[in-house]
Amino acid sequence: MSAREEILDRIRTALKDTPEVPVIPRGYRASSQLDEAELIELLVDRLIDYKARVSIVDTADVPAKIAELLAGAGSYVVPAGLDAGWLTGPELEQDSRRRTDSVTAPLSVAELDGIDAVVTGSAVAVAETGTIILDGSPNQGRRAITLVPDHHICVVKVADIAGILPEALGRINGTRPLTMISGPSATSDIELERVEGVHGPRTLDVIIAR
Amino acid sequence: MSTFLGMPSLPVYGTGNLHASQSFPKAAHRELGNAQLRANLGHATHTIRDKRLNVVSELPDWENLRDAGSAIKESVMARLPELLEQFEANFTARGGVIHWARDADEANEIVAGLIRATGETEAVKIKSMATQEIGLNEYLEEQGIAAYETDLAELIVQLDHDKPSHILVPAIHKNRTQVRDIFLREMEGVDPELTNDPARLAGAARAHLRRKFLTAKVAVSGANFALADSGTLAVVESEGNGRMCLTLPETLITVMGVEKLLPTWQDLEVFMQLLPRSSTGERMNPYTSLWTGVTEGDGPQNVHLVLLDNGRSAALADEMGRSALHCIRCSACMNVCPVYERTGGHAYGSTYPGPIGAILSPLMTGIQAEENNSLPYASSLCGACYDACPVKINIPDILVHLRSVDVDSKRGKKKIPTQMDIGMNAASWALSSGKRLGMLEKGLPLGRLAAGPDKKITKLPGIAAGWTQSRDIPAPPKQSFRDWWKKEHHAPDTAPAAAYNQEDQP
Ligand code: SF4
Repeated sequence: MSAREEILDRIRTALKDTPEVPVIPRGYRASSQLDEAELIELLVDRLIDYKARVSIVDTADVPAKIAELLAGAGSYVVPAGLDAGWLTGPELEQDSRRRTDSVTAPLSVAELDGIDAVVTGSAVAVAETGTIILDGSPNQGRRAITLVPDHHICVVKVADIAGILPEALGRINGTRPLTMISGPSATSDIELERVEGVHGPRTLDVIIAR
Repeated sequence: MSTFLGMPSLPVYGTGNLHASQSFPKAAHRELGNAQLRANLGHATHTIRDKRLNVVSELPDWENLRDAGSAIKESVMARLPELLEQFEANFTARGGVIHWARDADEANEIVAGLIRATGETEAVKIKSMATQEIGLNEYLEEQGIAAYETDLAELIVQLDHDKPSHILVPAIHKNRTQVRDIFLREMEGVDPELTNDPARLAGAARAHLRRKFLTAKVAVSGANFALADSGTLAVVESEGNGRMCLTLPETLITVMGVEKLLPTWQDLEVFMQLLPRSSTGERMNPYTSLWTGVTEGDGPQNVHLVLLDNGRSAALADEMGRSALHCIRCSACMNVCPVYERTGGHAYGSTYPGPIGAILSPLMTGIQAEENNSLPYASSLCGACYDACPVKINIPDILVHLRSVDVDSKRGKKKIPTQMDIGMNAASWALSSGKRLGMLEKGLPLGRLAAGPDKKITKLPGIAAGWTQSRDIPAPPKQSFRDWWKKEHHAPDTAPAAAYNQEDQP
């Protein structure tokens, strides 16, 4: 008998008392009912608590903000599908520091390792937990580009901010490659002292675009 | 359902790192001698406990989430065969490959075979209890395959050739200076000027592992959740080592116990609220990765999952104990446990320490396995673990149940009642009636005589001797609490408190 059949048989035998399948009591909150200003305020509070850096700008000012945050970067990568309007203005147009990554023309891991920063969009954010979810859509790109460079600049559109996790997961397709990010990488493994920045990007900049 | 002709007799217990090689009292005695461990552990458990309370009290619907989590897990166990088949179909349809492992040996062989098939002799690893349970690293080493732990704490433990002492912060028994010394001694090319500053130590680990991450062809992981309706796997982590392992290599091999399933994508909203708050006391952990089979052009293109039984079906067969399989390994029960806080994780022998380990290990191995029958007694039944558990596993009830299984299994061997049996019978006789208890309490002054002038009893006879081995018992008071209460509170004759047993009224 194959291992598969044998394990399934063992489990069926273990359940020979046919335990009842309970109804799931979903009495927990399904939404937060916060207005836009409250959502932004809560998200900012939580992000700062995680030691992420946050700026709130009008959509028209996103390119200037990105340029400002990239001032110290010798090189950066963007996904091929990044919103075109975000890379305008004197510093960013025709920028020789920029590399573009896509599924059809991916940068190698070694190339990414030599790049200072990455600029992406995001799929949805959760205000209550300060979480940003990337789902690999064209404006977020392959998972490797938001992982290897040490500085992640991530744009969150106000319309994409959900109050609580159930609302956010309801907007996501679970079969996409997903990364949920709540602040920069961190460890508390040594005497429980929290240290920001281990293997993931050590700096997380969040631009909230109104 | 097929017939069971030729099947081994059920239940089939698990193997691997699930056994205590020494009885709990002996191992605890050994560990209690380690003052550094106790100090670090006390600090750790209290810190995490406070953080947890803060973030839990923030949520108005915490108890609703626990109720949902508990019911979801109960339904998973009841529907397990069907959900496993559903998960398998979805994961496979998206390019993943599923392997089934009856026990630790079979799982180890599958993983080693998959690594060998890639032509590699190295793999990077994400902290995983399932792979620790089956002793994967040791097995791979025997096979000439190097497995590199990439979680900072696991790295510390691995470099020091030690064992984890806590499932969430496995190196909590080491202080920063010990960690620095381990790095200086074991880490190739480490800066000899390294200080004991945690940020510098984390930086040293980053530098040490970066090359490995960027060049690794194979990664091995565990999984926190598997969603049956989409075929999705999830890994919850903090440092980014998980993302590195799950994203950069070409081949990804995940080892997961069959009980980790959740029926639907929607159920994730419950567990991703319960887990981070219960485990690290954070609103959300820094990184969670989810993947469904293979995504073309993004991440590993060669994706495997080893579904592990190894005693889980045996635990499932115990109707009173099966809810131990609801465990999401948050470690909240450990952090609130007065026994764990003092003995640490090593005393439990098994990969699974603390209150959950005290029930899960004997359920998976059978109560008669080696010294595991001492584990259900490693508790004062105070109930703190049950209150803290995000999926409401009634650990105290299962402990009591396993104690009776243990007593029965021993009685089967020799029919003579043990001292414990006699003591328990006497206690139930005394406690079943207020009058009898009152009669016994009249004997209290005798105890004072036994205690002598320093008012301490330092040696009790028989089975109770264990209790006085490491502590003195204060002499019993002159008067029982019940006598004192009677003297201090003359109950008004008209209104006896309704909640008390009438027999107890004067
Ligand atoms: S038994 Fe409950 S509290 Fe303990 S680790 Fe498991 S889920 Fe957490």
